[in-house]
Amino acid sequence: MIEVTDITKTYQSGDTSFQALKGVSFSINDGEFVAIMGPSGSGKSTLMHILGCLDTPTSGTYFLDGKDVSTMSDDALADIRRDKIGFVFQSFNLLPRTTVLRNVTLPLIYANELPEKREADARAALQSAGLDERYYTHKSNQLSGGQIQRVAIARALVNNPTMILADEPTGNLDTRTGEIVLGTFQQLNETLGRTVVLITHEPEVAEHADRIIVIRDGVIVSDAKNYKKRKVEHHDY
Amino acid sequence: MTTNDILHETYSALSANKVRTGLTMLGIIIGISSVIAMVSIGNGAQSSIAASIQSIGSNLVIVTPGAQRSFGGPQQARGSAQTLTVADGQAIQSQVANIGSIAFDVTSREQVVAKGTNTNTSITGTTPSYTTVRNVEVDDGNFFTEEDVASSNKVAVVGPTVVTDLFLDGSEPVGQQIRINNGIYTIIGVTKSKGGSGFSNADDAIYMPYTTAQHYLTGNQYLSEIDVSAATADDTTQVQNDVTTLLLAQHHISDPTKADFSTLNQSDIIATASSVTGTFTILLAAVAGISLLVGGIGIMNMMLTTVTERTREIGLRKAIGAKKSDINTQFLIESIMLTFTGGVIGVILGWVISLVVSKLGIIQTSVSVSSVLLAFGVSAFIGVVFGYYPARRASNLNPIEALRYE
Repeated sequence: MIEVTDITKTYQSGDTSFQALKGVSFSINDGEFVAIMGPSGSGKSTLMHILGCLDTPTSGTYFLDGKDVSTMSDDALADIRRDKIGFVFQSFNLLPRTTVLRNVTLPLIYANELPEKREADARAALQSAGLDERYYTHKSNQLSGGQIQRVAIARALVNNPTMILADEPTGNLDTRTGEIVLGTFQQLNETLGRTVVLITHEPEVAEHADRIIVIRDGVIVSDAKNYKKRKVEHHDY
Repeated sequence: MTTNDILHETYSALSANKVRTGLTMLGIIIGISSVIAMVSIGNGAQSSIAASIQSIGSNLVIVTPGAQRSFGGPQQARGSAQTLTVADGQAIQSQVANIGSIAFDVTSREQVVAKGTNTNTSITGTTPSYTTVRNVEVDDGNFFTEEDVASSNKVAVVGPTVVTDLFLDGSEPVGQQIRINNGIYTIIGVTKSKGGSGFSNADDAIYMPYTTAQHYLTGNQYLSEIDVSAATADDTTQVQNDVTTLLLAQHHISDPTKADFSTLNQSDIIATASSVTGTFTILLAAVAGISLLVGGIGIMNMMLTTVTERTREIGLRKAIGAKKSDINTQFLIESIMLTFTGGVIGVILGWVISLVVSKLGIIQTSVSVSSVLLAFGVSAFIGVVFGYYPARRASNLNPIEALRYE
């Protein structure tokens, strides 16, 4: 459960200040698939950083699972990110020259999970993300873009987070592979009940979600259910 | 994060760029191994110098005449004066406590002739006790006796160097006759080599009764040196003080600063020599220490490069829940691992170097456990010191900027 109330974010640089978010409020229920859409400079990246607990708002409150995270310390935010948020980045950010399994296990290391449980969890997450088992021991630089992004999704899933926060997950992929990745998100949302928040500037990408929040110049201009959801048919990866 | 995880992360990070890791480690390896090798060579030099001073005699207090200070005019060299007499020596022998043995010496330098060959060597007229006081051993024949001293017999005990210089054909020297300053002397013994060298080569010497030397060579009743051997090493200072007091009284001198003799304590010589070699060891270790410092700066340089290169990785780790302390620990352990491994290899290399130096016979080195422990300590310390700044830089990175870093 995500509740954002009247959030603002002001960046100060010398004498000039820039307000990236000018009072944003919304809430996202568990199990929703929401796209936050806006052109570059709209404040969607700032919003994504705050939602992902990488940054704190200048004012306003942000309740994540009933906890106010808007005024937490760096270390407390690190714990929140570890337990409640799974990131999927545009540029994948896998550890280079490292096996798929090791990459997916990484969050578990920081979560102090018992070493003997880690591999089973990582395998389960990779299965949910739809990566074929024969790739599990491959190095991350031996995979294709779509496979890499599925490893990244598995890494986001492995800690059982409250929300998967995907920042332009298809930005570095071709259209077809992008579709497959979006299909993976839909599947995670529909069959596993995962909360997915998708940040994008492309309407075609946003249309894969159930609900679209449009942000422009730091304010929400529309927040509505998506009646023409683009459903990706099940792909056999 | 378990210890195992940290070690795994460290290993994969360090093995990712083996050449760079190796080269950085080389700085520490050279630093540590040169510290170990230099200190061991310094220690070896110290003990070899101490051993060669020890070979002069045991618990020795040497009394030499002082310079005769005259009023005005050219001053004479110290030791040239004729102030020590046999009476002084006998007084020491009878009145000073804790004396092991005592030898009276008359020294001179003479041309020595035998069967057409000749050499110039030092002549020491002394007493039979010289063998115990100065650790002289006779290899062939015998040393002269008290009777020889009492009757000023013209007998000589020669050093091995004199034998090789005079008897080129290798004939048996004992029983042969040599001529010193127009007197004929019979060789009755040859001393065992002490392996000395330089100005005071104990092997290049001829020993005879001091009475003989006084009669036929110096022509006076004075001694050029009295060697007193204290009963134990702890007695040397007391013996030295008592000898000084006694001789001042014997010579009717009330002001100790105007003494016409001087005393030298063997343990003082050893102390002086070890302080000299100790200074040298410190100097060597300091030079080696500088190379260790340079190695440490190399570590810092590599760690800073690594932090910059892995900025996005650090951002990712933070995004998935790594705390500042996790990142800090990871990079600190990396640099400690680097210096520690370098330290281990450096210790082994330093050990090998000092073994090789010993084997080649340059100097008998000794690697001390303390220098090994010190080297380990220093390398771990360098890891912490030079890893601290890069690790802090890594842990203080803003995750948002780190993730965006190109």
